[in-house]
Amino acid sequence: MDNSVKKGALGLKAGTPAERIMNGLVVENPTLVLMIGMCPTLAVTTSAINGLTMGLATTFVLALSNAVISLLRKVIPDTVRIPAFIVVIASFVTLVQLIMQAYLPAMYTALGVYIPLIVVNCIIFGRAEAYASKNGIFPAFFDGIGMGLGFTISITCIGLLREFIGGGTAFDVQILGEGTVVPGAVGAFLSLYQPVRIFILQAGAFFVLAVLIAIMNKVKADMEAKGKDTSHFKAGGCCQAPNAKKTFEKIEKKEAEKAAESKESEVEE
Amino acid sequence: MSEMMKVSSNPHVRSKVTTSNVMIWVVISLLPAAGFGIYNFGIDALIILALSVLSTVLSEFIYEKLMHKKITIGDFSAVVTGLLLGMNLPSTVPWWIPILGGMFAIIVVKMLFGGLGQNFMNPALGGRCFLVISFPAIMTNFVTDTFTGATPLTALKNGQEVVVMDMIIGRTGGTIGETSMIALVFGACILIMLGIIDLRIPGSYIVSLLIFTAIFGGHGLNGAYLSAQLAGGGLMLGAFFMATDYVTSPITNAGKYVYGIFLGVLTAILRIYGGSAEGVSFAIVIGNLLVPLIERFTQPRAFGIPKTRREAK
Repeated sequence: MDNSVKKGALGLKAGTPAERIMNGLVVENPTLVLMIGMCPTLAVTTSAINGLTMGLATTFVLALSNAVISLLRKVIPDTVRIPAFIVVIASFVTLVQLIMQAYLPAMYTALGVYIPLIVVNCIIFGRAEAYASKNGIFPAFFDGIGMGLGFTISITCIGLLREFIGGGTAFDVQILGEGTVVPGAVGAFLSLYQPVRIFILQAGAFFVLAVLIAIMNKVKADMEAKGKDTSHFKAGGCCQAPNAKKTFEKIEKKEAEKAAESKESEVEE
Repeated sequence: MSEMMKVSSNPHVRSKVTTSNVMIWVVISLLPAAGFGIYNFGIDALIILALSVLSTVLSEFIYEKLMHKKITIGDFSAVVTGLLLGMNLPSTVPWWIPILGGMFAIIVVKMLFGGLGQNFMNPALGGRCFLVISFPAIMTNFVTDTFTGATPLTALKNGQEVVVMDMIIGRTGGTIGETSMIALVFGACILIMLGIIDLRIPGSYIVSLLIFTAIFGGHGLNGAYLSAQLAGGGLMLGAFFMATDYVTSPITNAGKYVYGIFLGVLTAILRIYGGSAEGVSFAIVIGNLLVPLIERFTQPRAFGIPKTRREAK
């Protein structure tokens, strides 16, 4: 193997579309591995269709904002990069909002405030900061697609499970419980199901998310047991968003200084 | 000779109090109320209680077997959880409700957090709240062959007359184990005399509930109203048997009073201003979540150590 080729996710060549998409789907899955963008993950996943729409809207914004930020990366001064990124992201979110309002009014009402809130989604901002501002336009675009699809699939799964257990439906088709679409004796049996309403409520989002993350961790542990390299699986939360480490170090330093100062003043007293 | 001279490391004198001992006594002291529930609601109640206990014990056994952990069903804590859960269900629920509730209580609330001693919430109440939120219609159906009306607390809330004497004896509708005040207090007396529970939590709970209800209940110092609030609903069951759960109540003495008063005030708020007539189980569950905080702020000072400023972390 040629060592000069920079290795990316799953041993694929870094920066290629396939590598970027696999990276977003599995290795750095924003919801289940990086655990960022939790607000829409928990709030809008009451049904699979909500999750899917939210995911696709985010993917659209993510891919295009990544591409534009990557194009502008040499123009944007480092000191004002955050407002600059937000302006770019907000433009695309406004686009999505207007398109949905015009063509998908029902979904627009269902998702409500969470569509404008895409602007502050950790995933989009995190990718702009961590990837798009450092890489070329094509890798950045496909990074957005991969991350967006990873997010879409995760939250659609969460929505589907919540909807299925909590209401007996899948994509709004009644499968379990009263009014099932399944005919005959099987349908009669399925109609006995009593929906577990708590899964539609807020607590259910946490239950389902926890189980999915547990499965992901189990997969990772099994891979480690087989001796595969899993160092690229990072776990975290919003706190581990790019540059957060630096910020934390700064804060810690400041606090240490303060503590030292207060100690000194105590001695003086 | 060498056999005789072997000395193990300390402690050499061990207390006879073990987890299983305590749990067996809790089961025994719950039996009068459970027995009254069966007498009151018939064979259905017995089946619900049995299914509930079976479900919690089997859930714990199967979970530990699958996870290759030490089997701990011998400590009887799962039996207590099952019995409490069953006593918190109406006798009209279908057979799968106690089974599902028991599985949730043991697997999600207890085992996933590390087993007995690690659970952040009383498992039986966690199971009950899960069921009440998921199946509200099933869980509030108190209509049986013998009792067709609303539970006394609901009647009270709707401004109807209730017979306090019936509520004290337990000849009313409600969940299986909550109706008889006499049987519950009798069981609680056994626990208090054995030193398994003390009066700090239940005492401050009940007194603060009474005071708050007297001030804000809208009936003033009306004896009948206050005693109905005292005897009605799950107050006795909750105050003596669930709020005092070792794992989910504060260990500091000052903390116990804080916890009891918090529960009393919260229960009264839920009963007076809430949508439902009862609030004991939600109050205790919310109280459970505050226990680490209460313990942190009521940590006693060790003897001889001067009072120091709390160090910022």
